Formats: sequence, structure tokens, C-alpha cells
Amino acid sequence: MPLSPAARPKLWRLARIDYDRVRQRPVLLYPEGAMFINDTGKAILELCDGTHSIAQISAELSARYASDVTVDVTEYLTTMFDRDLVRVAEH
Amino acid sequence: MALNQPTTLLAELTYRCPLHCPYCSNPLQMTRADAELSTDDWKRVFTEARNLGVLQLGLSGGEPLVRKDLEELVAHARTEGLYTTLVTSALGLTRQRAERLKTAGIDHVQISFQDTDTANAERIAGVRSVKQKLEGAALVKALDLAFSVNVVLHRGNLDRLAEIIEMAAELGADRVELANTQYYGWASKNRHMLMPTREQVERSRPIAEAAIKRYKGKMQILYVLPDYYEQYPKPCYGGWGNVYILVTPEGRALPCHGATQIPHLEFVNVRDHALEWIWTQSPIFSAFRGNDWMQEPCRSCPRKELDFGGCRCQAFALTGDATNTDPVCSLSPRHDIISGALAETTAPLEYVYREVAAAGSE
Repeated sequence: MPLSPAARPKLWRLARIDYDRVRQRPVLLYPEGAMFINDTGKAILELCDGTHSIAQISAELSARYASDVTVDVTEYLTTMFDRDLVRVAEH
Repeated sequence: MALNQPTTLLAELTYRCPLHCPYCSNPLQMTRADAELSTDDWKRVFTEARNLGVLQLGLSGGEPLVRKDLEELVAHARTEGLYTTLVTSALGLTRQRAERLKTAGIDHVQISFQDTDTANAERIAGVRSVKQKLEGAALVKALDLAFSVNVVLHRGNLDRLAEIIEMAAELGADRVELANTQYYGWASKNRHMLMPTREQVERSRPIAEAAIKRYKGKMQILYVLPDYYEQYPKPCYGGWGNVYILVTPEGRALPCHGATQIPHLEFVNVRDHALEWIWTQSPIFSAFRGNDWMQEPCRSCPRKELDFGGCRCQAFALTGDATNTDPVCSLSPRHDIISGALAETTAPLEYVYREVAAAGSE
């Protein structure tokens, strides 16, 4: 089920975004795992600080990319939530 | 075949350990402290691992806290950009050391617990340890470090799975790893005493599944079934020489914990070779890479890219031939070995305790 636009996602505190200089791409690191992410994924996750709602993240990135990315952002964060890599604050 | 870049290095810094757990995966023959790699050796290995593509570093043992240079090693690993997990019993985790580890940049601390029942926990560990573990967990929480609880499950504690999960939640764990015993080293020697019964496994599964749902978004629960009770084998470390490197205290580089048991493998040491050579050129890391080595039923199996025929070391340990299908696979012609092992779940719990003193041949 997709997360609600009002949900305020926060990157799991055990995960951190890093840059893999060997593969030359951004990566999300967490216990026993690593997920390669693209620049868009990185931009989304960097806004997952527990204060921005999904609606706000979508608005900010839609403005940045001059295109409505609401569906992509919601899908991406829902997947990341299902994988335990982002948490969602109660609202 | 194209060679993958490794992602994970498990550094077994030492075999020294205050605990004597009978489920330990360390080998029966353990080297003494004077044979351990030096600080500079380990730092070089971490740098070489990062340059090869490794992202995850597990600092394990034995008990890594017995190494006085642990904080220096953590700082170096973090400088290299490795996600660094300390796998510890918490014995020896003083406030000063915990603070130094935090300063050094440790990403994640995983503390082992043996049981919720104190007497049984200490019976498994072979030493009084519960109080120190609870203090260690409190310390990790007080310093706001990322914190996992790890409990190896077996016949002597599986009935308390629900309580174990509750304990992890009460300790404030971010994550709990509940893995049934894998039968390497000391665990293999203790298999009769560790193997859970089918009833225990069947009772535990819904408990774990319900808890995973209940704690979703609060505490991550990883529950690993005993492979002896599974239909298909585990994809051992993502395939031989595919993503994983283990380095033992004396510097042997291995594709899997149990590899030292397989005869005719030519062991290589990080003292003698760069990790890149070991990964790309050494015979041991290519011995079971890919699937050219496979026999039937693996060779024509649609699952061969999923589980790689299971664990080579387990296949060797149980069938005498490392190229056989891991007998835990229901398709293995030697699956009777597993059925036989599962019939042995009535042995009294008279553990053979892990000890370095019994070994030290080098």
C-alpha cells in the first residue's frame, strides 16, 4: 500500500548515504547490506529527515526537475519503507 | 564468467574469547594470540578490501574487544568508507572503550545474547556473562549507537523465541538477528545437542512472523530458519567467491567459514598476497566460482543461480565431496543424511564447549 502524502519519512538511523569511489556511484549502506542508488534516489533520501512530508518532498523535487515526480517519489519511498530503510513518523 | 566485486569482508580479529559457546563457527583448531595479524596487516587488508569494492566490514572473532587496537582499526575502516559492524559478546565493553569506538566512527554494534533465562544463557556461554551483557547494551544505548541484538537459536533456547524478541525490544535494539545455528566448527561437533526438533521449528515460525509485523518500523527482525528444515539450501554467502571474503585471525583468506575442512584447497594468506590477487587469481577463490563445477541435480536445476547448490563446505562435511549438492536440498540424492540428523534431536544437552586451549597447533 502506498504511503500517504502526509507521511514524514526518515532515513533509518542505521543507514547512511555514501559515495562508492570504486563503483563511482552513490550507495546506501546499512547492516549487512548495500543498495546502489542513482542521483534521484539520493536526492529523495536526503530529504527524508522526518520533518518533510512526502507531499513536500515531491513538491521540492518536482520543482527541481521541472516535472511532476509525485508518483515516482511515493513509489520509491513506499518500497524503501517496505524494506525497512526508511521509517515513517506518526502524523 | 565475469568476476564480481566483493561487497563484504568478515575480519575475524582473534580467536580469543571469554565465552565458550558450543554453537561457535570457529574451527576446532584455533591459533593463539601470537599468530594473529598485526594492526598494520589488518589496516592494509581493509584498504585493499575497499579498493576491491568491499562496502561492509564485520569485525568479529572470537571477541574483537580483546584486541587493544580495535578502536584504531575501526577508525581506519571508517576513513576508508567501510560500513563497520562490531560483532561482540559485550564482555570487556567498558564505558571508555565504547566512547572510543564511537569517536572512531563505529557504524553499528551487535551484541550477542544466549537466552532470556539467565541460568541457561550462562550454561550456553559457559561463563557468567548476563550482567555484563546487559550493562554493555545499556552503554550502547546511552551513547546512542546503532544497536543489534544477536541470538543464535538452537534446541536449548528456541522455545523462548517470543521472550527473546521481547528482551531485544526492552533493551531498545534497532534490530534483532535470530539465526538458527549453522553447523560449522564447534557447532558441527555439537550438532546433536543444538539441532531443534521439528515441533520447535514449527512453533517458532508463526511467533517470528507475527513479531516481524508487530515491530515493523520500530525494530527490524531478521529470522533465519535452520537450513536442515528448509526445502532448498541457503545461498551460502551469495555464492563461492562471489561477494564475500573471510579473513581468519592468522590471515587466511577464505570464501566460507567451513572452507578449511575441504582438503586439496590451497590456502592463501593475506601476509603473502594482496587481497586483489587472492580475489582475482587464487585457486581457492575460483575453486567453486560460477557453476562449471556443479554435478546433477544442480547442473540442470533452475534454482542454481538462486542458491548456487548451497554451501560447499556443508556439502563436503556431510557427503565427503564438495562438488555435491548441499544435502539440505530436498533434491539432493543424499538428503537422507539430513533426515538422519533430524532424527537425532533427543540427545541430552551435554555441550562440548569451545576453548582455545584444546587447540593452538601453530
